[in-house]
Amino acid sequence: MLEIKNLKSRIGDTEILRGLSLSVNAGEVHAIMGPNGSGKSTLAQVVAGHQDYEVTEGSVTFKGSDLLELEPEERAREGIFLGFQYPVEIPGVNNAYLLKAALNAKRKHQGLGEIDAFEFLKMAREKMASLGMDPKFLNRGVNEGFSGGEKKRNEILQMAMLEPDLAILDETDSGLDIDALKAVALGVNALRSPDRAIVLVTHYQRLLDYIEPDFVHVLSQGRIIKSGDKSLALELEERGYDWVREAANG
Amino acid sequence: MATESENLESLVNRRYEHGFITDIATDSFPPGLDENVVRAISARKNEPEWMLEWRLQAYRQWLEMAEPEWAHIHYPKINYNEISYFAAPKSDDDRPKSLDEVDPKLLETYDKLGIPLHERARLAGVAVDAVFDSVSVATTFKDKLADAGVIFCSFSEAVIEHPELVKKYLGTVVPRRDNYFAALNSAVFSDGSFVYIPKGVRCPMELSTYFRINAANTGQFERTLIVADEGSYVSYLEGCTAPMRDENQLHAAIVELVALDDAEIKYSTVQNWYPGDENGVGGIYNFVTKRGDCRGANSKISWTQVETGSAITWKYPSCLLRGENSVGEFYSVAVTNNLQQADTGTKMIHIGRNTRSTIVSKGISAGRAQQSYRGLVRVMPQAEGARNHTQCDSLLIGKDCGAHTFPYMEIKNPSAKIEHEATTSKISANQLFYCRQRGISEEDAVNMIVNGFCKEVFKELPMEFAVEAQALLNVSLEGAVG
Repeated sequence: MLEIKNLKSRIGDTEILRGLSLSVNAGEVHAIMGPNGSGKSTLAQVVAGHQDYEVTEGSVTFKGSDLLELEPEERAREGIFLGFQYPVEIPGVNNAYLLKAALNAKRKHQGLGEIDAFEFLKMAREKMASLGMDPKFLNRGVNEGFSGGEKKRNEILQMAMLEPDLAILDETDSGLDIDALKAVALGVNALRSPDRAIVLVTHYQRLLDYIEPDFVHVLSQGRIIKSGDKSLALELEERGYDWVREAANG
Repeated sequence: MATESENLESLVNRRYEHGFITDIATDSFPPGLDENVVRAISARKNEPEWMLEWRLQAYRQWLEMAEPEWAHIHYPKINYNEISYFAAPKSDDDRPKSLDEVDPKLLETYDKLGIPLHERARLAGVAVDAVFDSVSVATTFKDKLADAGVIFCSFSEAVIEHPELVKKYLGTVVPRRDNYFAALNSAVFSDGSFVYIPKGVRCPMELSTYFRINAANTGQFERTLIVADEGSYVSYLEGCTAPMRDENQLHAAIVELVALDDAEIKYSTVQNWYPGDENGVGGIYNFVTKRGDCRGANSKISWTQVETGSAITWKYPSCLLRGENSVGEFYSVAVTNNLQQADTGTKMIHIGRNTRSTIVSKGISAGRAQQSYRGLVRVMPQAEGARNHTQCDSLLIGKDCGAHTFPYMEIKNPSAKIEHEATTSKISANQLFYCRQRGISEEDAVNMIVNGFCKEVFKELPMEFAVEAQALLNVSLEGAVG
């Protein structure tokens, strides 16, 4: 589904991704781990199309087409969802309004008509209930005055509504208490299907207790230096990152 | 970040939609201003002697006054002798008697503007007085309004047909020498609208005026007077456009509102005068004095405005809260883009006991525009129990624009309760990226954010106007607003 080959990317004069390759197939869950500054968030932003990151080399294809040619909104409509590490507040814009606009943008792209308002509300309320969210959230400004945990749940709600083919969750687990973490895991697991792929960017093994990955990758200095199955995450938890780096350099 | 501002810039650069010029014969005075011009305007309108005398006094007062310089706006000195003070569409019989007699090209103009003058007016239930350059062209629905006892006609007609009302109220809210531009208007005003709602009458429909400046080198000086007698209600809508021209055009209007006991006037404006091009060439200089007088107890005057046009805006719709328990409201969205300048706000003067006022001002700046909110809340010593709430929010789009706030408060009664809230925010690249990652285009995202920002004001507009205002905002910023 997602094929990244020898990707190099920089922000300003700083090169962050230095030849990263990664292949993600439908039905798979990948976890990307690594120390601070290794390029995990950059990878997520580049795939989503953030304008501040310049791609200098390599290729990214999504469902067989060149992803780098597409604008961020086109990537989203094609089925890429990024759960932000720091979701922005948009005061005055109703949460429901944004959600409906996003849903309709995607439906339009798929040649479908706009979603009926009642149908939309029904769908949103169901998803919110399953995530343990108060329906009042729909009528608040987007992330306006939300706590950290509320913002992350809101990201998961958007994901659940948009039903993406590829979901990239950028440190969605950071700063969450155990209840919020479970709710997030529940949302992600509900989305798991043979047609979808999920990429979790995370610092901690903790999230992987709730969402079991098929693959775990270690990112260091803009490259994947080791890949393995879920046991790699446990090993990282126990031994840290240094031994992987040493092995890679040696 | 460079890409952010470039993207925003391309969104901001939209063409002015109402910039067409209507090619019809006009009959206008040569440029210049002296007593003879004032006399000639009055003569053209067959005005009675008292009206001419009133104009001449205003003219003499104007000569002694100086153009104000305190506003946060910059423009070259206006040469008042280069302006023509009267332009009327030329027609066979001086004035059309009915819509059928109106020059079809003129009707076409209104059509382009989306004005519901013809059948659409009937459907929408809106009575329209359209002022084209200086002359009021047609007033629809006169008969139906007459049944209710409502007078809605051009100002010129009111001077002839209802002199007692005009004499009683004209200049009682905005005196001739109130300010430089008010004095000029009082001397040379060419037309405008007059409304009188009798005691206890709720006006059966929204009343509406559309102003359009068409002729070149013409100043437009219309004058509106609305009187709501005891226990009456009226909602009045005003829309404005002008063609694209390279030279600046002067617009100096006056609006006077009088609300007697228990009366309510709701005055809504969508102002879209030509703002000049992206280099600041051309555009309307809009120097307007709008004031409402809550003369009676329990009266209420509410100003709602959406301002996207004009090269320069100098405008402070105000309320004199004289009557006990009277209420003044001001809801405003002002958009400035490119090199537009606006110094705008309101004045709430609390004179009566237990008077209340609300101010909600939303300013949006994009491009290199400069916008100032200037507001005065004055509580007089006798205004026991006065209350004001002011909320003043600015939204910046891009990095080259500016927002300034000048709130003045003069509180002379210790029982007053005054609240002032102000915020300044920016549409950030991160907000736009967030929306785009959800599949929403940048343009739609900006519109969404701007509309969210303006929501509180839009909900005060009558339905059909709210839709128009929203569309207008979207065009003005094309994205880089809403």
